[in-house]
Amino acid sequence: MTGILDTLADVLARNGLVTAFAFVGLLVWISYLFSKKVTRGRIHGSAIAIFLGLVLAYVGGVTTGGTQGLADFQILAGVGLLGGAMIRDFAIIATAFGVKIDEIRKAGAGAVLSLLAGVLVSFVVGAAVAFSFGYSDPVSMTTLGAGAATYIVGPVTGTALGATSEVVALSIAAGLVKSMLVMTGTPFVARFIGLNNPRSALVYGGLMGTTSGVAGGLAATDPKLVPYGAMTATFYTGLGCLLCPSIFFVAVRALFG
Amino acid sequence: MVIYGVSILAGCMIAGLFLGDLLGHAIGVQANVGGVGIAMLLMILLSDKLRKAGKLSPVSEQGIVFWSSIYIPVVVAMAAKQNVLAALKGGPAAILAGAGAVLVCFALVPIISRVGDQPEDPPRTTAGGGGGKGRQSP
Repeated sequence: MTGILDTLADVLARNGLVTAFAFVGLLVWISYLFSKKVTRGRIHGSAIAIFLGLVLAYVGGVTTGGTQGLADFQILAGVGLLGGAMIRDFAIIATAFGVKIDEIRKAGAGAVLSLLAGVLVSFVVGAAVAFSFGYSDPVSMTTLGAGAATYIVGPVTGTALGATSEVVALSIAAGLVKSMLVMTGTPFVARFIGLNNPRSALVYGGLMGTTSGVAGGLAATDPKLVPYGAMTATFYTGLGCLLCPSIFFVAVRALFG
Repeated sequence: MVIYGVSILAGCMIAGLFLGDLLGHAIGVQANVGGVGIAMLLMILLSDKLRKAGKLSPVSEQGIVFWSSIYIPVVVAMAAKQNVLAALKGGPAAILAGAGAVLVCFALVPIISRVGDQPEDPPRTTAGGGGGKGRQSP
């Protein structure tokens, strides 16, 4: 019996990336099922899947004593490759495909302003929190500030600047808290912030920026508003990846370096 | 061919990261400065140009669309390889950073929505009116 299991483990380990595809697919499937059946679509499946990933990374860290989460299990080492910077950046850049320049123009000045304000405000809040918790070096402040933008901008910025895995994980957690709050909180605050027409939905998408949060939050508020919010939100992560490790980092370094 | 799409995507990424590295050297940081963002800009410009010129066949597009649609699973894998144990020590920081950003941004929604409005300017709807957003910027 152990012989068979050993052979299986060997096959899984030798084909790490393929194992990771199968494994992550299973995770996503379970998460979307949970989203549909248990939360009745209130929390988006992608947010649950990412949360589950973080939980499993915690389990991996406790079990193996390593710093690579699940990837420290030999049979799941491929998760480290699939979730590594190279493939991650490749997939993120692909999302820019299909964004139409004309749509950016149509969205108008309000949407552009909301995007800039959204990235800047989240960054400042995140960086200020980082500073007050003792992460006072410019790289950590910038990474956590970027994480408060979205859970993508955080690790992209952290990787680019050479932040520690701890700070990168923290930035993902911050982005995830944001995404979940936006998803669940939007229906409750919609009335108070005038979120009931396409124009405010455009602005809302640009300010919040987390695509899954915006899509989930608007779907729970008024499904007709989803495309307006999602359209501006799709620019947010790109803008964040552009601004955070460059201008914002230079600014933070000048102020706190 | 599918590989054309994948190749275009790869080219954008390499070019973006290269420019990001050069930018890093130029401003004197040992880091890639905005490389992924630059690559996304290149992708937007290039895909817009190629599509308008009719140079990108639907099959070639699939090479890009596949990677774009696998983005959430890749992010899940990314989450699963993080040092969460260490991050939990700073737990309150993550919650405070995320929640603070959300609260401030919620509050800004009505303010910025109003900035977009120009009360003196009656909605100059363009003939089609479908999108309803055909207003010129001031």
